[in-house]
Amino acid sequence: MMETFFLYAAIALSLIMVLSLYRAVFGPTVLDRMVGVNAIGSKTTVLLLLIGIIYQRVEMFVDISLAYACLNFIAVLAASRYFQKRKGLYDEGH
Amino acid sequence: MNVENISPEHIPPVRRVRTSTLSARTRKGISFIIAFCICLATWIVLSGRFDALHLTLGVLASGVVALGAGTILISWRGLGRLPRQWLGFIGYIPWLLYQIFLANLHVLYLAFHPRMIELISPEIIHFKSRLKRPMSLFIFANSITLTPGTITVFVSITGEFAVHAIDEPSAASLPGKMEEKVARLMGE
Amino acid sequence: MISFLAAVLIVLGLFFFAGGSVGILRFPDFYSRLHPAGKLDTMGLLLSLTGIALYVVQDLTLSAILTALKIMLIVVFVFITSPTATHAILDAGVRAGLSPWTAPGKRGRT
Repeated sequence: MMETFFLYAAIALSLIMVLSLYRAVFGPTVLDRMVGVNAIGSKTTVLLLLIGIIYQRVEMFVDISLAYACLNFIAVLAASRYFQKRKGLYDEGH
Repeated sequence: MNVENISPEHIPPVRRVRTSTLSARTRKGISFIIAFCICLATWIVLSGRFDALHLTLGVLASGVVALGAGTILISWRGLGRLPRQWLGFIGYIPWLLYQIFLANLHVLYLAFHPRMIELISPEIIHFKSRLKRPMSLFIFANSITLTPGTITVFVSITGEFAVHAIDEPSAASLPGKMEEKVARLMGE
Repeated sequence: MISFLAAVLIVLGLFFFAGGSVGILRFPDFYSRLHPAGKLDTMGLLLSLTGIALYVVQDLTLSAILTALKIMLIVVFVFITSPTATHAILDAGVRAGLSPWTAPGKRGRT
Protein backbone atom coordinates (compact mmCIF):
# COMPACT_ATOMS: atom_id res chain seq x y z
CA MET A 1 0.00 0.00 0.00
CA MET A 2 2.63 2.53 1.06
CA GLU A 3 5.02 1.24 -1.62
CA THR A 4 2.44 2.06 -4.31
CA PHE A 5 2.03 5.52 -2.82
CA PHE A 6 5.78 6.15 -2.93
CA LEU A 7 5.91 4.89 -6.51
CA TYR A 8 3.23 7.35 -7.59
CA ALA A 9 4.90 10.15 -5.61
CA ALA A 10 8.17 9.45 -7.46
CA ILE A 11 6.37 9.50 -10.82
CA ALA A 12 4.68 12.80 -9.96
CA LEU A 13 8.03 14.26 -8.91
CA SER A 14 9.55 13.20 -12.23
CA LEU A 15 6.71 14.93 -14.10
CA ILE A 16 7.32 18.10 -12.07
CA MET A 17 10.99 17.87 -13.02
CA VAL A 18 10.01 17.80 -16.71
CA LEU A 19 8.30 21.18 -16.18
CA SER A 20 11.55 22.65 -14.83
CA LEU A 21 13.43 21.01 -17.69
CA TYR A 22 11.58 23.31 -20.11
CA ARG A 23 13.25 26.30 -18.47
CA ALA A 24 16.62 24.58 -18.54
CA VAL A 25 16.35 23.84 -22.28
CA PHE A 26 14.60 26.93 -23.66
CA GLY A 27 15.57 29.60 -21.10
CA PRO A 28 16.36 32.87 -22.85
CA THR A 29 19.61 33.45 -20.92
CA VAL A 30 22.27 31.18 -19.49
CA LEU A 31 21.21 32.15 -15.97
CA ASP A 32 17.63 31.02 -16.63
CA ARG A 33 19.02 27.63 -17.54
CA MET A 34 20.96 27.57 -14.29
CA VAL A 35 17.78 28.32 -12.33
CA GLY A 36 16.12 25.37 -14.04
CA VAL A 37 19.04 23.03 -13.41
CA ASN A 38 19.19 24.06 -9.75
CA ALA A 39 15.47 23.36 -9.35
CA ILE A 40 15.89 19.91 -10.93
CA GLY A 41 18.83 19.21 -8.60
CA SER A 42 16.89 19.94 -5.44
CA LYS A 43 14.04 17.69 -6.61
CA THR A 44 16.51 14.90 -7.41
CA THR A 45 17.54 14.89 -3.73
CA VAL A 46 13.99 13.90 -2.79
CA LEU A 47 13.62 11.53 -5.74
CA LEU A 48 16.71 9.56 -4.67
CA LEU A 49 15.23 9.07 -1.18
CA LEU A 50 11.91 7.93 -2.67
CA ILE A 51 13.76 5.41 -4.85
CA GLY A 52 15.58 4.27 -1.74
CA ILE A 53 12.29 3.59 0.04
CA ILE A 54 10.85 1.75 -2.96
CA TYR A 55 13.90 -0.54 -3.08
CA GLN A 56 14.00 -0.71 0.76
CA ARG A 57 17.60 0.47 0.91
CA VAL A 58 17.10 3.93 2.44
CA GLU A 59 20.24 3.79 4.57
CA MET A 60 22.30 3.48 1.38
CA PHE A 61 20.43 6.03 -0.72
CA VAL A 62 20.50 8.67 2.00
CA ASP A 63 24.27 9.01 1.60
CA ILE A 64 23.92 9.36 -2.17
CA SER A 65 21.25 11.97 -1.60
CA LEU A 66 23.42 13.97 0.79
CA ALA A 67 26.32 13.84 -1.66
CA TYR A 68 24.00 14.95 -4.45
CA ALA A 69 22.77 17.97 -2.46
CA CYS A 70 26.39 18.92 -1.81
CA LEU A 71 27.33 18.51 -5.47
CA ASN A 72 24.35 20.53 -6.65
CA PHE A 73 25.36 23.43 -4.41
CA ILE A 74 28.98 23.39 -5.54
CA ALA A 75 28.00 23.14 -9.21
CA VAL A 76 25.71 26.16 -8.94
CA LEU A 77 28.37 28.19 -7.12
CA ALA A 78 31.06 27.32 -9.65
CA ALA A 79 28.85 27.98 -12.67
CA SER A 80 27.66 31.34 -11.37
CA ARG A 81 31.25 32.40 -10.58
CA TYR A 82 32.17 31.44 -14.12
CA PHE A 83 29.34 33.30 -15.83
CA GLN A 84 29.45 36.47 -13.78
CA LYS A 85 32.48 37.76 -15.67
CA ARG A 86 30.71 37.38 -19.01
CA LYS A 87 29.12 40.39 -20.57
CA GLY A 88 26.38 39.96 -23.13
CA LEU A 89 24.55 36.91 -21.87
CA TYR A 90 21.49 39.09 -22.21
CA ASP A 91 18.81 37.67 -24.52
CA GLU A 92 20.89 35.11 -26.33
CA GLY A 93 17.78 33.79 -28.09
CA HIS A 94 17.25 36.90 -30.21
CA MET B 1 29.84 40.33 31.62
CA ASN B 2 26.64 41.94 30.47
CA VAL B 3 26.84 42.53 26.74
CA GLU B 4 23.57 44.41 26.47
CA ASN B 5 24.71 47.61 28.16
CA ILE B 6 27.81 48.13 26.07
CA SER B 7 27.64 49.95 22.76
CA PRO B 8 29.48 48.22 19.89
CA GLU B 9 32.40 50.70 19.93
CA HIS B 10 33.33 49.62 23.43
CA ILE B 11 33.52 45.91 22.82
CA PRO B 12 37.05 45.49 21.39
CA PRO B 13 38.99 46.68 24.50
CA VAL B 14 36.87 44.44 26.72
CA ARG B 15 37.67 41.48 24.51
CA ARG B 16 41.39 42.18 24.64
CA VAL B 17 41.46 42.28 28.43
CA ARG B 18 39.51 39.06 28.66
CA THR B 19 41.59 37.05 26.22
CA SER B 20 44.91 38.11 27.69
CA THR B 21 44.14 36.29 30.94
CA LEU B 22 44.57 32.94 29.21
CA SER B 23 47.69 31.78 27.44
CA ALA B 24 47.68 31.09 23.72
CA ARG B 25 48.21 27.40 24.37
CA THR B 26 45.10 27.06 26.52
CA ARG B 27 43.01 28.89 23.96
CA LYS B 28 44.25 26.62 21.20
CA GLY B 29 43.52 23.59 23.36
CA ILE B 30 39.94 24.63 24.04
CA SER B 31 39.35 25.35 20.34
CA PHE B 32 40.83 21.94 19.53
CA ILE B 33 38.58 20.10 21.99
CA ILE B 34 35.37 21.78 20.81
CA ALA B 35 36.19 21.26 17.13
CA PHE B 36 37.12 17.63 17.84
CA CYS B 37 33.81 16.92 19.57
CA ILE B 38 31.79 18.49 16.73
CA CYS B 39 33.74 16.53 14.10
CA LEU B 40 33.37 13.25 15.98
CA ALA B 41 29.61 13.74 16.44
CA THR B 42 29.22 14.39 12.70
CA TRP B 43 31.32 11.31 11.93
CA ILE B 44 29.22 9.07 14.15
CA VAL B 45 25.93 10.29 12.68
CA LEU B 46 27.19 9.88 9.12
CA SER B 47 28.93 6.51 9.51
CA GLY B 48 26.40 4.85 11.82
CA ARG B 49 28.73 2.02 12.87
CA PHE B 50 30.09 1.50 16.33
CA ASP B 51 32.76 -1.19 15.93
CA ALA B 52 36.36 -0.51 16.93
CA LEU B 53 37.71 0.01 13.41
CA HIS B 54 35.23 2.72 12.40
CA LEU B 55 35.48 4.52 15.75
CA THR B 56 39.30 4.55 15.56
CA LEU B 57 39.19 5.90 12.04
CA GLY B 58 36.73 8.56 13.18
CA VAL B 59 38.91 9.63 16.10
CA LEU B 60 41.93 9.83 13.80
CA ALA B 61 40.13 11.83 11.12
CA SER B 62 38.52 14.27 13.58
CA GLY B 63 41.88 14.68 15.31
CA VAL B 64 43.62 15.64 12.07
CA VAL B 65 40.84 18.07 11.10
CA ALA B 66 40.66 19.65 14.55
CA LEU B 67 44.45 19.98 14.73
CA GLY B 68 44.62 21.71 11.37
CA ALA B 69 41.48 23.80 11.41
CA GLY B 70 40.43 24.06 15.07
CA THR B 71 41.36 27.70 15.45
CA ILE B 72 39.59 28.57 12.19
CA LEU B 73 36.38 26.67 12.95
CA ILE B 74 36.07 27.86 16.56
CA SER B 75 37.31 31.43 16.77
CA TRP B 76 38.18 32.44 20.30
CA ARG B 77 36.80 35.95 19.96
CA GLY B 78 33.18 34.91 19.75
CA LEU B 79 33.45 31.99 22.14
CA GLY B 80 32.10 33.78 25.22
CA ARG B 81 28.92 34.75 23.40
CA LEU B 82 28.44 31.35 21.80
CA PRO B 83 26.15 29.59 24.34
CA ARG B 84 23.86 32.60 24.53
CA GLN B 85 23.69 32.81 20.74
CA TRP B 86 22.82 29.15 20.40
CA LEU B 87 20.04 29.51 22.94
CA GLY B 88 18.73 32.52 21.04
CA PHE B 89 18.98 30.55 17.82
CA ILE B 90 16.71 27.83 19.15
CA GLY B 91 14.08 30.49 19.78
CA TYR B 92 14.66 32.15 16.42
CA ILE B 93 14.36 29.08 14.18
CA PRO B 94 10.67 28.21 14.85
CA TRP B 95 9.69 31.84 14.28
CA LEU B 96 11.69 31.86 11.03
CA LEU B 97 10.08 28.60 9.90
CA TYR B 98 6.63 30.01 10.60
CA GLN B 99 7.44 33.16 8.60
CA ILE B 100 8.86 31.05 5.76
CA PHE B 101 5.70 28.98 5.69
CA LEU B 102 3.36 32.01 5.65
CA ALA B 103 5.33 33.75 2.93
CA ASN B 104 5.66 30.55 0.88
CA LEU B 105 1.87 30.34 0.73
CA HIS B 106 1.90 33.86 -0.69
CA VAL B 107 4.33 32.98 -3.49
CA LEU B 108 2.41 29.75 -4.15
CA TYR B 109 -0.76 31.81 -4.54
CA LEU B 110 1.06 34.12 -6.97
CA ALA B 111 2.47 31.22 -9.00
CA PHE B 112 -0.93 29.60 -9.56
CA HIS B 113 -2.91 32.81 -10.01
CA PRO B 114 -4.24 33.10 -13.59
CA ARG B 115 -3.64 36.86 -13.77
CA MET B 116 -0.30 36.73 -11.96
CA ILE B 117 1.33 39.23 -14.29
CA GLU B 118 -0.94 42.02 -13.04
CA LEU B 119 -0.38 41.24 -9.38
CA ILE B 120 3.39 41.36 -9.25
CA SER B 121 5.51 44.47 -9.51
CA PRO B 122 9.16 43.55 -9.02
CA GLU B 123 11.44 46.31 -7.80
CA ILE B 124 14.79 46.66 -6.11
CA ILE B 125 14.61 48.53 -2.81
CA HIS B 126 17.49 49.94 -0.80
CA PHE B 127 17.70 50.42 2.94
CA LYS B 128 20.32 50.71 5.65
CA SER B 129 20.35 48.21 8.47
CA ARG B 130 21.48 49.06 11.98
CA LEU B 131 23.16 45.68 12.45
CA LYS B 132 26.92 45.90 12.84
CA ARG B 133 28.51 42.47 13.15
CA PRO B 134 29.31 40.52 9.97
CA MET B 135 27.68 37.40 11.43
CA SER B 136 24.38 39.15 12.15
CA LEU B 137 24.42 40.72 8.68
CA PHE B 138 24.93 37.23 7.25
CA ILE B 139 22.03 35.76 9.24
CA PHE B 140 19.78 38.68 8.35
CA ALA B 141 20.62 38.47 4.63
CA ASN B 142 19.97 34.73 4.54
CA SER B 143 16.70 35.17 6.43
CA ILE B 144 15.58 37.77 3.87
CA THR B 145 16.40 35.38 1.05
CA LEU B 146 14.57 32.49 2.72
CA THR B 147 11.38 34.49 3.27
CA PRO B 148 9.77 34.43 -0.16
CA GLY B 149 8.95 37.64 -1.94
CA THR B 150 12.35 39.08 -1.18
CA ILE B 151 15.90 38.18 -2.23
CA THR B 152 19.02 39.96 -1.04
CA VAL B 153 20.88 41.36 -4.03
CA PHE B 154 23.73 43.05 -2.28
CA VAL B 155 24.99 43.59 1.28
CA SER B 156 27.89 45.82 2.22
CA ILE B 157 29.88 45.39 5.41
CA THR B 158 28.45 48.68 6.70
CA GLY B 159 24.91 47.32 6.48
CA GLU B 160 23.54 48.70 3.21
CA PHE B 161 21.07 46.28 1.69
CA ALA B 162 19.67 46.03 -1.81
CA VAL B 163 16.69 43.70 -1.91
CA HIS B 164 14.70 42.45 -4.89
CA ALA B 165 11.04 42.28 -3.89
CA ILE B 166 8.38 40.55 -5.99
CA ASP B 167 5.42 42.75 -5.03
CA GLU B 168 4.49 45.65 -2.81
CA PRO B 169 3.39 43.84 0.39
CA SER B 170 6.72 41.96 0.50
CA ALA B 171 8.65 45.18 -0.11
CA ALA B 172 6.77 47.00 2.66
CA SER B 173 7.65 44.37 5.27
CA LEU B 174 11.36 45.25 5.29
CA PRO B 175 13.46 45.66 7.41
CA GLY B 176 10.82 45.41 10.11
CA LYS B 177 10.49 42.79 12.77
CA MET B 178 13.08 40.38 11.46
CA GLU B 179 15.89 42.89 11.97
CA GLU B 180 14.84 43.39 15.60
CA LYS B 181 14.81 39.64 16.14
CA VAL B 182 18.28 39.19 14.65
CA ALA B 183 19.59 42.15 16.68
CA ARG B 184 18.27 40.68 19.90
CA LEU B 185 19.61 37.24 18.97
CA MET B 186 23.14 38.52 18.41
CA GLY B 187 23.08 40.80 21.44
CA GLU B 188 23.45 44.06 19.52
CA MET C 1 -1.22 6.46 11.55
CA ILE C 2 2.33 7.77 11.27
CA SER C 3 2.46 6.51 7.67
CA PHE C 4 -0.65 8.52 6.93
CA LEU C 5 0.92 11.68 8.38
CA ALA C 6 4.07 11.01 6.34
CA ALA C 7 2.00 10.60 3.18
CA VAL C 8 0.19 13.89 3.83
CA LEU C 9 3.52 15.68 4.35
CA ILE C 10 4.98 14.22 1.14
CA VAL C 11 1.90 15.22 -0.89
CA LEU C 12 2.13 18.75 0.54
CA GLY C 13 5.80 18.85 -0.37
CA LEU C 14 5.01 17.72 -3.91
CA PHE C 15 2.42 20.49 -4.12
CA PHE C 16 5.05 23.08 -3.17
CA PHE C 17 7.45 21.56 -5.72
CA ALA C 18 4.75 21.83 -8.40
CA GLY C 19 4.19 25.47 -7.44
CA GLY C 20 7.90 26.10 -7.77
CA SER C 21 8.05 24.58 -11.25
CA VAL C 22 4.97 26.41 -12.46
CA GLY C 23 6.41 29.63 -11.02
CA ILE C 24 9.68 29.10 -12.87
CA LEU C 25 7.72 28.68 -16.08
CA ARG C 26 5.33 31.60 -15.63
CA PHE C 27 7.23 34.49 -14.05
CA PRO C 28 8.32 37.15 -16.51
CA ASP C 29 12.04 37.58 -15.94
CA PHE C 30 15.09 35.95 -14.47
CA TYR C 31 15.03 37.86 -11.17
CA SER C 32 11.44 37.02 -10.34
CA ARG C 33 11.96 33.40 -11.43
CA LEU C 34 14.48 33.05 -8.61
CA HIS C 35 11.71 33.61 -6.04
CA PRO C 36 9.83 30.34 -6.67
CA ALA C 37 13.00 28.46 -7.66
CA GLY C 38 14.98 29.21 -4.54
CA LYS C 39 12.28 29.08 -1.92
CA LEU C 40 9.24 27.06 -2.86
CA ASP C 41 11.73 24.29 -3.61
CA THR C 42 13.33 24.66 -0.18
CA MET C 43 9.92 24.49 1.48
CA GLY C 44 8.89 21.47 -0.58
CA LEU C 45 12.13 19.76 0.30
CA LEU C 46 11.60 20.46 4.02
CA LEU C 47 8.06 19.04 3.97
CA SER C 48 8.72 15.94 1.87
CA LEU C 49 11.96 15.04 3.63
CA THR C 50 10.24 15.42 7.01
CA GLY C 51 7.59 13.02 5.72
CA ILE C 52 10.19 10.52 4.55
CA ALA C 53 12.06 10.79 7.88
CA LEU C 54 8.81 10.13 9.76
CA TYR C 55 8.13 7.09 7.60
CA VAL C 56 11.65 5.74 8.14
CA VAL C 57 11.75 6.36 11.91
CA GLN C 58 8.65 4.19 12.53
CA ASP C 59 10.78 1.07 12.98
CA LEU C 60 12.60 2.54 16.00
CA THR C 61 15.77 0.56 15.40
CA LEU C 62 19.14 2.26 15.77
CA SER C 63 19.88 2.29 12.05
CA ALA C 64 16.45 3.73 11.25
CA ILE C 65 16.97 6.54 13.75
CA LEU C 66 20.41 7.28 12.29
CA THR C 67 18.93 7.35 8.78
CA ALA C 68 16.23 9.79 9.91
CA LEU C 69 18.93 11.96 11.52
CA LYS C 70 20.84 11.98 8.25
CA ILE C 71 17.71 12.99 6.36
CA MET C 72 17.22 15.91 8.75
CA LEU C 73 20.91 16.76 8.21
CA ILE C 74 20.16 17.10 4.48
CA VAL C 75 17.34 19.53 5.35
CA VAL C 76 19.65 21.64 7.52
CA PHE C 77 22.30 21.58 4.80
CA VAL C 78 19.84 22.70 2.12
CA PHE C 79 18.49 25.45 4.39
CA ILE C 80 22.00 26.86 4.75
CA THR C 81 23.09 26.46 1.13
CA SER C 82 19.91 27.35 -0.77
CA PRO C 83 20.02 31.11 0.01
CA THR C 84 23.71 31.13 -0.86
CA ALA C 85 23.11 29.43 -4.23
CA THR C 86 20.21 31.79 -5.00
CA HIS C 87 22.36 34.74 -4.11
CA ALA C 88 25.24 33.49 -6.29
CA ILE C 89 23.01 33.21 -9.37
CA LEU C 90 21.46 36.61 -8.65
CA ASP C 91 24.88 38.21 -8.24
CA ALA C 92 25.98 36.75 -11.58
CA GLY C 93 22.90 38.33 -13.17
CA VAL C 94 23.54 41.74 -11.59
CA ARG C 95 27.18 41.76 -12.67
CA ALA C 96 26.31 40.70 -16.21
CA GLY C 97 24.04 43.73 -16.37
CA LEU C 98 20.62 42.13 -16.75
CA SER C 99 17.97 44.75 -16.01
CA PRO C 100 14.98 43.63 -13.93
CA TRP C 101 11.51 43.49 -15.43
CA THR C 102 9.12 46.04 -13.94
CA ALA C 103 5.34 46.17 -14.20
CA PRO C 104 4.30 48.26 -17.22
CA GLY C 105 2.34 50.89 -15.27
CA LYS C 106 5.02 51.46 -12.67
CA ARG C 107 8.01 52.16 -14.86
CA GLY C 108 7.99 55.89 -14.21
CA ARG C 109 7.23 55.74 -10.51
CA THR C 110 10.22 53.85 -9.19
